[in-house]
Amino acid sequence: MNVLVALVTVALLGAVILLVSAPLRAARRPPDPESVADRAELEAAREAKYREIRDAELDYRTGKLSSEDYAAIDGALRAEAVAILDRLAALGDVVPGDSSRAPQAPSS
Amino acid sequence: MASLGSVCLLLALAVCVYGIGASLYGVRRGAPAWSDSGRRAVYALAGILTVAFAVLEIAFLRDDFAFNTVADTSSATTPTFYKAAAVWSSQEGSLLLWAWLLSMWSSLVLFLTRRRMRDVAAYATAILLGFGGFFVSLMIFYANPFATTRPAPVEGAGLDPLLRFPTMMIHPPMLYSGYTLCTIPLAFGMGALLARRVDAEWIRAIRRFAFAAWFFLGLGILLGARWSYAELGWGGYWGWDAVENASLMPWLTGTAFLHSLMIQEKRGMLKVWNASLVLATGTLAIMGTFLVRSGVLNSIHAFGGQTLGVPFVCLIGVLIAGSIYLVVTRRDMLRSEHRIDSLLSRESVFLANNVVLVALCFVIFWGTYFPLISEALTGKAASVGPPWFDRYTVPLALILVLLSGVGPVIAWRRATLANARRNFLAPVGIALSTIAVLLLAGVSGKPFALAMFGCAAFVLGCVGQEFVRGVRARRAMAGEAAPVALVALVRRNRRRYGGYIVHVGIAVLFVGVAASSSFQHAVEPTLSVGQSSRVGAYTVHYVRPTATVTPSNDAAHTGATLSLGAVLNVSKHGRHVATLYPSEGYYASDEPSQGSVGSLIGGQPVSHVAMSAGVTRDVWSAVAPNIETPQLKRIVAIGNRTIPFVHPEDALIAVAYLARSYLQHPPPAQFHFIVSPLVMWIWLGGLIVFGGGLIAIWPAPSAMRRRVSVLARGRRARAAQGLARA
Amino acid sequence: MKYFKAMNPARKRTVRLTVALSAAVVLAGALIYTSFSAASPALTPSQLVHQARPGRSYQVTGTVVGGSVHRSGGTLDFSVEDRVGGTVVPVAYTGTVPDPFREGREIIVTVQKQGGAFLGERDSLITKCPSKYKAAPPAAGKQSY
Repeated sequence: MNVLVALVTVALLGAVILLVSAPLRAARRPPDPESVADRAELEAAREAKYREIRDAELDYRTGKLSSEDYAAIDGALRAEAVAILDRLAALGDVVPGDSSRAPQAPSS
Repeated sequence: MASLGSVCLLLALAVCVYGIGASLYGVRRGAPAWSDSGRRAVYALAGILTVAFAVLEIAFLRDDFAFNTVADTSSATTPTFYKAAAVWSSQEGSLLLWAWLLSMWSSLVLFLTRRRMRDVAAYATAILLGFGGFFVSLMIFYANPFATTRPAPVEGAGLDPLLRFPTMMIHPPMLYSGYTLCTIPLAFGMGALLARRVDAEWIRAIRRFAFAAWFFLGLGILLGARWSYAELGWGGYWGWDAVENASLMPWLTGTAFLHSLMIQEKRGMLKVWNASLVLATGTLAIMGTFLVRSGVLNSIHAFGGQTLGVPFVCLIGVLIAGSIYLVVTRRDMLRSEHRIDSLLSRESVFLANNVVLVALCFVIFWGTYFPLISEALTGKAASVGPPWFDRYTVPLALILVLLSGVGPVIAWRRATLANARRNFLAPVGIALSTIAVLLLAGVSGKPFALAMFGCAAFVLGCVGQEFVRGVRARRAMAGEAAPVALVALVRRNRRRYGGYIVHVGIAVLFVGVAASSSFQHAVEPTLSVGQSSRVGAYTVHYVRPTATVTPSNDAAHTGATLSLGAVLNVSKHGRHVATLYPSEGYYASDEPSQGSVGSLIGGQPVSHVAMSAGVTRDVWSAVAPNIETPQLKRIVAIGNRTIPFVHPEDALIAVAYLARSYLQHPPPAQFHFIVSPLVMWIWLGGLIVFGGGLIAIWPAPSAMRRRVSVLARGRRARAAQGLARA
Repeated sequence: MKYFKAMNPARKRTVRLTVALSAAVVLAGALIYTSFSAASPALTPSQLVHQARPGRSYQVTGTVVGGSVHRSGGTLDFSVEDRVGGTVVPVAYTGTVPDPFREGREIIVTVQKQGGAFLGERDSLITKCPSKYKAAPPAAGKQSY
């Protein structure tokens, strides 16, 4: 029994060390450029902005925003969305078809 | 095998220590390889604890009584399902379950965020490993699940019969999932403050984690209430007991957090609130875990060595101090981007929502910890009872429900009078007419309940109006038929409409609570066979007694040696409504002083409730048979005198004789009947809440592509802005 | 109110915050005050014997004395003693009796002194989890007061 326990222990220890040290032993790849982290952040911001634009429209249509407020907010949000899209484009790769998830312009 | 388990614990602790060091080094020195290594330490921890948990589980299933926990909580005769679940019925096993669940959730979350939020995730890793290390240390130094006694005892003590209900055994893993999940938003919240990064990505991630915690914790609380009502012999679902309260408090702050996060996302406000709420939720969850196992408060859950109290208090102290420090030193990044323009605005309502939920949490906190507080302040420990809790939570609950109706409907920034009229006329009308109808129907005498019914009607009116308007808007935009529009509307705006459904569920739940607590009829008659009792509008007739002998015959499948009960006919206005079969189970005890026969039935008796549940009311019944009549006691005494312990089969025959005697000459038995209206609405409301929650969090399909004109419109808007400034 | 409306927004916000905080303090104060007056002190049987005054409720924690449990009609009579032994207090209790109740178990019950005896308040009996190792989930009948 004790031999079995010892073997399993050694195996576990080995597995843990292998798992945990893998990133340290890996060939020195260059650290992800800041742009990768930025990109993820910008994409999250873009999704959030799209959602806000859609929410604002729904709020307007269900009576929670006056039309002046809505026009102002909608314009501002879309400008902000454009700014985010610009920054994403500046990072080098705008994936085509992304922007198709953007909300439609309101028909008003 | 036990040594393997202990080795796993030591290895786990080492991995935690390493992981904390590696993550912190990686993030402070900008060395992502080390942070990655730290993250992998979490995966390793999960693996090691899985092995440890498996070792313990196998020990239980194999009846390895050398393990102290197995000997203490299981026996060879315990049914297999309960053997498997008995792992977490002890202090040691439950600590292992907690640590294991924490490691699994942490691994999952860190795997999902492995490429994102590097800095924040690294700090979060360190914090989560800190919790893991704490619980593993508790096991190594205070309550080791792998402690053994040799030579091993031949038989174990068996699982407490009160725990032999399926819901009872699922309750702890569910609740622990909720508690452990609360530590994840805490870790990411602290991580964000430490890394000084709070952005859209973090909001999206932490919302998901906080929702998962809210969901599982809420489910655990609801299941606990349901179990208490359906299985325990007191007929209630909430008693303001310390441990019930301990699980409710983090749920309340978690709810506040989920709502208030919306405001931060939309308007960059309430950031200090959000930081405080997420940290409070995690801290309250740890306090809840501590409460249940420290015996520090007088509650039924006063178990566990007092030795565990000190480490927990230290941990909680560190959490509170750390949280305050972080929020204070990072207050510059938590500054609001906008201000509240008007008291009548959606922002205001969300703020009010925060305040009410925190107030509720404070009331419950004060009442729960009052014995400690009063002891510290006056030297005498005193406790407050449910009437005190009800006095303060009921009005707060009313306001909360009201807000849950106002919130979805009220306008942003500032609501004008005309606006308010348009939006609230119909719901208020519905609420008032509901109250009027109820009063006319004779529902009176309970103003709070009536107020709650009105508030709930208001909420349903508001949410209904929202759906109607949304469908109308959708039809105007896309020209779909109404049902199609409804589905599309919900699909495209899941968070919003899922959230509205949650509010409906809450309203329904509170209607159930109000009705069942205010309009309940309960009696505790002592009835002989053939007698009846009136309870509310119902009549309960004691038809005849029942008895079963031997564990294999136990109708409730819990291994009771003897089960005595009753057949009850419930009728209303002469018409038969239901037949109920409540019973009381008598189990074997391990006290030889009770005699050969006495010890077969001398264990803790457990009441098996019988009820007829309906949408409009529940009829609940329990029986406490009188097993101590002189005649029955004589049978036991004679059996004890004449039957030796080595002939348990003969002793069982004596028990059978006792059962027959009970059936032939049944003494009057004490009954407890309760008729509660609308109890079912509580469970239904809960289901609606969780269904709505799932809708809200369900990720939108990527097939939602629409044509874009953002660029064009946006450019035009920017140009217009530029022009305006010129 | 006109004065309030005429204030600048920053001032308005300060006023609102002050009002809200004051209201919170007042309510918290009311809460705290009533908790002290509504609470029943938690005592051991020996403390109860010395300190109990008629008409006030006290929460007694102790162990059920072996051989002292009798049921007569709807009343359950039993005696409670200190965990460490010593003073024994008889209690006459009506109401639901939780399942785990038995001699030797630790209980909590709210009582009032009436004459020389202690009457247990209806449905206030709680039996604690039986033994040292019966940990984790709730394992006893709960009673509402």
